[in-house]
Amino acid sequence: MSATAQALQGASMARGHAAGLSEEGEHGASKRIVVAYGFWIFLISDIILFAAFFATYAVLTDSTAGGPTGKDLFDLRTVAVETACLLLSSFTCGLAGLGAQARNGRLFHGAMAVTFVLGAAFLAIELHEFAAMIEAGAGPGRSGFLSAFFALIGCHGLHVTAGLLWLLTMMAQVVAKGYRDDILRRILCFNLFWHTLDIIWVGLFSLVYLVGVAL
Amino acid sequence: MSEFEHGSQSQLDDIAPGDEEGAKDIGRGVRGYLIGLALAAGLTVVSFYITRSTLVWAPSIPIALSVLAIAQMGVHLVFFLHLTSGRDNVNNLLALAFGLLIVMLLVFGSLWIMSHMNHMMMPMDKVMQMQR
Repeated sequence: MSATAQALQGASMARGHAAGLSEEGEHGASKRIVVAYGFWIFLISDIILFAAFFATYAVLTDSTAGGPTGKDLFDLRTVAVETACLLLSSFTCGLAGLGAQARNGRLFHGAMAVTFVLGAAFLAIELHEFAAMIEAGAGPGRSGFLSAFFALIGCHGLHVTAGLLWLLTMMAQVVAKGYRDDILRRILCFNLFWHTLDIIWVGLFSLVYLVGVAL
Repeated sequence: MSEFEHGSQSQLDDIAPGDEEGAKDIGRGVRGYLIGLALAAGLTVVSFYITRSTLVWAPSIPIALSVLAIAQMGVHLVFFLHLTSGRDNVNNLLALAFGLLIVMLLVFGSLWIMSHMNHMMMPMDKVMQMQR
């Protein structure tokens, strides 16, 4: 084979890839595996981002500048309700994934709707908690501890907000386009994202709120 | 060409993160999520309980909470993200293991360095005296 012919073949293969023509790459892995694995790598980088925020928080926990400490500020009942919301939403999100796999519209849309309500409830409680803290003069400008606290918990809250928007997008896309392969891949990625947010919350409620109150 | 053929055979040995092995049956899937939910809820309740009770020796509570948190993260990974130690999950697991290495370096490295710096730093009143 001449060099030109090889180059041409290479170019056409690349074009086929870019247009997403083949569901199977040349190396065997299905597109579902490739896409989900790529998204998995992103999620791990996101976990590292949270680890950086958490390390900052851990270093600054005692830097309260004479202001309120975690023990004064954290209300465990609120945190328990938030945790319940997020854990149940992770469960219903898994059910929605099963519904999408089985192309069961009622299960998918019902479970996604419940997931949205629980996620929105979590966010509303968190915003209420933030507002009450700022009202009481314990805003992010009060001390290093509070700056790190608002950055860490706020970063998680922003992720949940983005997840809620993504959730609505997925419901709309299923209605508009049906259970196409690309839509199912996006639903899988959304599932991974939402479960990961819950895993991060496990770390936050245990190591920020509970340890903050226990110490 | 034989390499490619072999490659397409070996896709049976890979699984997408979040996908469950050979789970097409909704009932089985729901059962898995229910077990995960029950275990996670149980661990959460224990975490909240030991924070407020005198069941655990007070100075060891942060360690106990960390252990419970790690256990619950494991439950989430296995039952919600379907991460197993199977051959088809090796790639997913290795990526996560590398991520955890970075997380540990970041968190414990920061705590270690900063506690040393706090330890070495001159007390504030002494600094004030020197500036006078």
